[in-house]
This record gives sequence, C-alpha cells and structure tokens, in this order.
Amino acid sequence: MGKCRDIEHAPLRAQAETVLTDYAAQSRDGTGPRGRKPKKRLSGRNIMIYGTLFVVSVYYLLPLWVMVVTSLKGMPEIRLGNIFAPPVEITFEPWVKAWSEACTGLNCDGLSRGFWNSVRITVPSALFSIFIASVNGYALANWRFKGGEAFFTILIFGAFVPYQVMLYPMVILLREIGLYGSLAGLVLVHTVFGMPIVTLLFRNYFTSLPEELFKAARVDGAGFWGIYFRVMLPMSLPIFTVAMIIQITGIWNDFLFGTVFTRPNLYPMTVQLNNIVNSVQGVKEYNVNMAATLLTGLVPLAIYFASGKLFVRGIAAGAVKG
Amino acid sequence: MPSDPVHARQGGTAPPSAARRPRRLLRNLTAKIAAIPMVLTAMVVFLGGTVWTVTYSFTNSKLLPRAEFVGLAQYERLWATRRWVVSIENLAIYGLCSLVFSLVIGFVLAALLDQKIRYESAFRTILLYPFALSFIVTGLVWQWILNPEFGVQSIIRAMGFEGFAFDPLYNPDIAIFGILIAGLWQGTGLIMVLMLAGLRGIDGEIWKASRVDGIPAWKTYIFIIVPMMRPVFITALVLITSGIVKLYDLVVAQTGGGPGIATEVPAKYVYDYMFGGQNLGQGFAASTMMLLAVAIVVIPWAMLEFGGKRRG
Amino acid sequence: MQPSIAIKDLKLAFGAVEVLHDLNLDVGQGEFLVLLGSSGCGKSTLLNCIAGLLDITDGQIFIQGRNVTWEEPSDRGIGMVFQSYALYPQMTVEGNLSFGLKNAGLPKAEIAERVARAARVLQIEPLLKRKPAALSGGQRQRVAIGRALVRDVDVFLFDEPLSNLDAKLRADLRVEIKQLHQQLENTMIYVTHDQVEAMTLADRIAIMKGGKIMQLGTPKEIYNRPANRYVAEFIGSPTMNMLDGTLDMEIAPSFSCDIATFALGEYGFAPGTVSGPAWFGIRPEHVESGEAAEAMPVQLDTVIDLVEPLGSDTLVRVRAGGQLLWARANGQPDLSPRQPLRIGFDPARGHLFDRQGDIRL
Repeated sequence: MGKCRDIEHAPLRAQAETVLTDYAAQSRDGTGPRGRKPKKRLSGRNIMIYGTLFVVSVYYLLPLWVMVVTSLKGMPEIRLGNIFAPPVEITFEPWVKAWSEACTGLNCDGLSRGFWNSVRITVPSALFSIFIASVNGYALANWRFKGGEAFFTILIFGAFVPYQVMLYPMVILLREIGLYGSLAGLVLVHTVFGMPIVTLLFRNYFTSLPEELFKAARVDGAGFWGIYFRVMLPMSLPIFTVAMIIQITGIWNDFLFGTVFTRPNLYPMTVQLNNIVNSVQGVKEYNVNMAATLLTGLVPLAIYFASGKLFVRGIAAGAVKG
Repeated sequence: MPSDPVHARQGGTAPPSAARRPRRLLRNLTAKIAAIPMVLTAMVVFLGGTVWTVTYSFTNSKLLPRAEFVGLAQYERLWATRRWVVSIENLAIYGLCSLVFSLVIGFVLAALLDQKIRYESAFRTILLYPFALSFIVTGLVWQWILNPEFGVQSIIRAMGFEGFAFDPLYNPDIAIFGILIAGLWQGTGLIMVLMLAGLRGIDGEIWKASRVDGIPAWKTYIFIIVPMMRPVFITALVLITSGIVKLYDLVVAQTGGGPGIATEVPAKYVYDYMFGGQNLGQGFAASTMMLLAVAIVVIPWAMLEFGGKRRG
Repeated sequence: MQPSIAIKDLKLAFGAVEVLHDLNLDVGQGEFLVLLGSSGCGKSTLLNCIAGLLDITDGQIFIQGRNVTWEEPSDRGIGMVFQSYALYPQMTVEGNLSFGLKNAGLPKAEIAERVARAARVLQIEPLLKRKPAALSGGQRQRVAIGRALVRDVDVFLFDEPLSNLDAKLRADLRVEIKQLHQQLENTMIYVTHDQVEAMTLADRIAIMKGGKIMQLGTPKEIYNRPANRYVAEFIGSPTMNMLDGTLDMEIAPSFSCDIATFALGEYGFAPGTVSGPAWFGIRPEHVESGEAAEAMPVQLDTVIDLVEPLGSDTLVRVRAGGQLLWARANGQPDLSPRQPLRIGFDPARGHLFDRQGDIRL
C-alpha cells in the first residue's frame, strides 16, 4: 500500500519540481521577487507619527528657544521685534547684568548671590538626606523590625499630605531647636520632606538585592554598619546616582521652603529670581529677566541632559511605586 | 574568638546572655537607632504636624497659635471669603483640565513613541526636559511668551490678524488657562514617561495575538491595552492630583494670583494668611481643606492598591 | 559523645502562622545530615534558625554543647553555603574568602594562610584575584564553599547549594562535596529537595513536611522501611504504587483490594497491628513483569497502558481493573501499549500503612 501511494504522488512531485525550477530561473533573471519584503519608506502611518512628534517637539522646545534668543538681544530689539526671531545683534550684556547687577529690593549684586546660596543649600541637603534615607531603606529592607513597616507607611502617606499642612508646625519645631532661618534648618527641612521618596527608592532597591548576600555577611560577622558600608554601598552606586539626581534637581528647584524657612540673605536662586523678575519697581528688562531665568534653569537642565536614562529611571522608580 | 573550634568544643561555658532570651527591644539595636530619624519624621512631623494643624484650625489663632477653640468659625469664614471660593473654582478648572489633558496627551505621546520609531530617545528627552525645571522658571518663561505686547498675541496680530486676542495673563476670564498651558508644558512629560513604561511592561504577545486576530491597532489600544494599564493610569491620576493640590510656585511666578484674584489657588491662600496676613486660623482651616481634598483621592486609591493584598 | 548540634523543642512562628512545630533533632559529630522535603516544608527555615539568621519563637539550639540560641550567626562556629552563592560582587575571590576573618580581627598572616589552604583544597588558587562576575557557576559555588572552609569551624550548613547548576555540574560537585566531607570529617547539614542528592550524600536523612520531621534515618532505612505514607511516596521514582484495601489479621494476615487478595505471611508487621482499612504500597522496581513474574507469590494479568524506555531499563504503566500501576523492567523488553502483560510481586517487599494515620504497620 505504501508503494501505491508513492506512485500516486509522483505527478504531483514532478509538478512541484517544475514550479521550483521556474522560480529559480525567474530569480536568476531578476524578474521574480527576491530578498526581503519591500518596505515603503514613507508610509502614511509614519508621516503621521513623525509629523505629530515633530510638531509636539517644536512646541516643547519653543520656550527654551525664546529664553535663549531673548536673553541675547538688546532691549531696543526686543521692543521692535518678534520674540521668536533670532537676535540680529548678539549681546551677552543681559547675562552679565543678570549674574552680577540685577536688583532685588535692597541689594543689587545680581543672581550670583542666589546661585551660591542654592549651592550652599543643595549640596549638604542632598548629601544628608540621601545618607539618612539610604540607611532607612537599608534598615527597612534587611533588618526588618517590629513597627518598621508601620512607620514607613506613615512616611509614604506623608508624601501626599500638602506641605502647607505641615509648614507651620515645622516652623515651630525649628524655632524650638533654634534652627529657624538658618542654613542648617533648611537642610533639615529638605531632609525631612525628601525622606519618603528617597527612602522608598532605597528600600525597593535593597529589597531587590538577593537576601542571601545579607545573610552571608552576617555569618561572616559583619554588623549593621559593616554590611552597609562594605557590602551594600559598593553595590548601590547606580541607585545613589538616581537619588542624587532626584534630590539635587528637587532641592535646587524648591521655592516654598526657601521662602518660608530662610532669611533674605540666604534666599535660594529660585526665590531671588522671582523677586528680580516680578519686582514692581523700575523698567522691565526682559532680556535680563530671561537671562536670569535661564541661569536658574541651567543647573537642573545640565543634570538632566547629562544623566539621560538615569533621570527617567529615577522618576519612574519614585512615581510608579509611590 | 568565636570561630575558634577549640574554644567551641569546650562546650557549656557559653556566656549566660546567649542562653537567655534577650529583651526584644534590644535585639538589632543598631538598626533601630539608625531608624530613629525616620520614626521621628513620620511621627513628629508628618503625623504630629498634621494633627496639630487640623486641631488648631478650630481655634481663633491670629498672630500666634492660641488654643482657644471656636468650633467651625474659621471654616464658615473661609467659605464666606470670595478669594477662597475663587481659589477653589480655579483649582477645580485647572485640576479637571490638567487631569484630562495630561492623561490623554501623555498616553498618546507614549503610544506614538512606542511604535519602534527612530530617534525615540531624542524625542523623549525633548518631551521630558521641562519636568527638570523649577516651576518658577516655567512660570516666568510663559509669562514672557504670553505677554500681550510682545508675545504670541502681538506676533499673530503682526501677521495680519488684527483682531486676534489671546492675553490670558491680562484677561481675568481666561487667566487660569494661561497657568494651565504652562502647567501642562511642564508636567505631561512625566505622565508620558510613566505611560511609556506601562506600555513597555505589556506582554508583546498581546500584540501578536491581536494581529493574528486581525484587530486594528487603535481598537487594540482602546479595548485591550488601556484596560491592562489601569494601575499605571491610577498611579498617574494620584500623582497629578497631589501635584494639582500643591500648585503654588507656578502661580506665584507667572501671575502672582492676578489679574486681581483671577488666578488665586488654595496653596497660595494658605501661605498668604499664615505668613503674610498674620491670620493663622484661616491658614490652618484652608490647609485642612487641602488635606481633605487629597485624602478623598489618596485614601480610596490606597485601599484599592494595598487593601486587597496584604504585603506586595 | 555529645552531639555536634542539638535542637530542643524548637518552635518558630510568624505571627499566628507556626512554621516549625516543637522540633527535636540531634546531629552527631562528623555526621552528614540531609534535610529533605518539597518547597515550603520548612527545611531552609530550620537551617536559617540553626545559623541564627532567623529569631526563633521558642526552644533551644546547642552547637558543640554550647547554647547558641541567641548568639549572633558569626559567633556560632558555623560556615554556610547558599543556593545563589551570595558572593560579594565587588570583592575579589580572595576578598570574599577573607571578609569574615577580617571581621573577626584575625592577624594578617593567619588570614593569608587560611585562604591559601582553602584555595588549595578547592583548587581555586588561580582564581584568587578575580571578581565573582568572571567565574563560572561551578567556580562560584566552589568559592562559596571556600568561604565556609576558611572559617575553620566544625559545622557546615548548605542551603540547596547545587540547585542553580546544570545537571552535569551538579553531579560533579556532589561527588566533590562528598569527598570534602570525607576529608574534613566535620558536621554538615545539607538542605535539598533532590532525593538523589539526599540518598547519595547523607549519613542520615530527615524528611520534612509542614514544619515537622516525618522520618529521620539512614538512606537505607528511609528507602526500605518508610515510616509513613508521605515518606514512602516522596522517595523513589516513579512513585510507589498504592493500593487501597483492607487488612485482615484474623487467621492469617492478608490484604484484599478490588484487584487482588493476597496473604502477607512474610511481611514484618509492627507489633500490635490490627485489622482495618489500609494502604498497600509496592515500589515499581519490586514489581516484576513477563517471565520473572511467574515466580512471584502474587500475580496479576494486566494490560499495558504506557511504555517509557530509559535505556538501562524500561518503565511500564499497566492497567489492572480500575487501577494504574507502575513496573520497572530490566533492559529493553519488547513491549507496546494495549498488549497484555503478566506482573507479579512479593508482598514481603511491600509496605502497609494505616488508612487513618498513614502510619506504617
């Protein structure tokens, strides 16, 4: 019976072979389809996707462009022209003026004072808050103790409470310990209000590390700080970078705490910028204002463009779980 | 030396501390000491501060907090104040628009970026950079762009449309939309990134299955992908809402609450009464109302998220 | 001689959930004890309690006669090897081996000597300067064993050390661990879910289920005289055949079920066994088929249901009445499904369990 079938199929096979040969011949001639399926370079779908993204990108970039071109124009040119037009005559004078001469109320020594204040606020605040929060995260993830999760839950809910609710108690608290109005007081405020998000970041990271590593270190006789500094810290550089990015941009951009918890001589750059631009006295110098605005935005922008994917990872890690 | 076998073999000479159960509190003491800052922050500032403010919102504190209780008097006065009512209206308009537009624009942009396009990271960088900026910077830039004498309005008039009027920062009726434009410019990037992460988290086989079934892409998005991304949408919703209630810096920088009281918001009301108007009781009552608004969104979300399953 | 490790009335509860129940266990000097069980049976938890990595709820733990119930893990005189190796990724192999010794404050020369000795024993000398990421799975596990070795302790704890390795490497390292034990002669407690590892390595096996030890005995005892139905079914592959029936002790002991009734003359009964419903278990390797079946006291005519050739022998699943039974046949007999097959077994090689308590009769 097996043989019978073979015979029956013989003509079919012959047919198939002819087709194959034909196809081969065609290919050799170059008439038949060869290679990968052809793709239209500019399909309607692609035009729509890239077109939309292009238009949206232009919209998003426009304010940056306006800031840059305005800050490089002289006032006469601004009065005459179009705010989107590139400068006819490039001048850096607004930048110089914004940095060292612009006035806020009493003194006229420009934004430089605010810049250095912001540096003096941001560096210790970021370092201190990250240290505290990373230790918290490590204690929560590895040294689970009774009540730890409860405190952590309160902390996370606290992140959603509007700052306005806790503002005045915090003022009283700082006044009681004698830190109200001082740099140290503001550092403390940033540490306290930055704690939920950064602690969450570190707790999730340390939880994701294999627990056996922690156990092995305990068998090896390392204590709380020994494991933190010698085992955990060297493994956590990426997450420390992410925390740095979150905290430095967040603290640099802060306005509310800067106004509430410091005295005018310690005002951070954002507060000073607002005072310069929105001061009612004198003629408005839009070019100087834009130069000052751009100067204030430069630090977080530099961090953003330098850190790239880590910035995204930072906000996603904080936001999705938060 | 504990790891010395000779010592260990002697046996029975263990210090009594090892045999008796140590006090629970003293176990892993270093870890507990290290967690003190967290405990203090949670209990004293977050919990204590909130309770304190809510309590003092029932007093007639003026220049200084005074424990003289007056019931709901502060709240009655609050809701009788025109500025507060305008603030709430503004927040409602801004909040609703910002919620809808952020979610829609954020999702559409994320869906576009998810089409395996070229230059994806360049586009994403452009869409997200405003998020890195301070609200003060954002507010001032948009104040300048929307300036009726030099900004968008004057340019479009110069192009020949003499009657064109778009001066949100000078016209009280639409002033809040000027703030909205700036707020959306800064915030949609974040929502886009969240949505993109959500889209990337969806099993690629869903797409294969819907292609095999011959379902058009837009239908797949609306009927399959969006429902699957429910947690991401909820997270985005909670984030946007808590951001909306905190809205303060942007208004201060862009309009200062003006023209008149057209762009006042609750957070600014609180600050002005607490630190400017020397009327603490009003500030406390207003901030308690803000807390209530957040609680209405956050508590149901938290119950949904953490109530069903114990421990993630 | 005092036991190397003694566990007395150990209890562990997480809140209301009791994970380990009143556990008692003595491990002799130089003994290789395997804790065997399926996942979630509490074997790893018990090991972590011994190591001091989990705080127990009640009871006492002695190591070398010393009560270490509330000692720090590093002060208990133990070394531990983990499933995921748990090597410190930023340290070299040498750093990994010496970390614990540095923490204990040993002099440099002593550390160097111990590391060198451990490296020699485990043949990892050429790897000392490398980071863990640059090692293969087998090399990593060797370093992890080395980390326990340098501590110069009497007790080694292994937490499923071979589970992350592929089958070939697992077999090789199994042999090495056995050799290491013969060479060092220290006490080892080894947690695994792999019965082959347990049978080959152990001096004694403790089979655990639900936080209790079901049976503690030598591999032979566990195989030949399983104390209960759980142990009987856990050990051996394929699983022991179980027949549900009635035991009759009235005149001559006999067992009857719906496919057969047979006498149990040679069976070694536990004292005090009475009639009643019972399980009769027989391992597939004790079920003969074909010609060999003719010599057996109990014979059954069955139909072949499934054939699994393994090369060295062949597994056959047969249908007898409503019951499916496994038999193991030597070599590669010519069998195919739907063929009739005569099987037979000796009831003396079977195992009887009480239907109520699943206890061996």
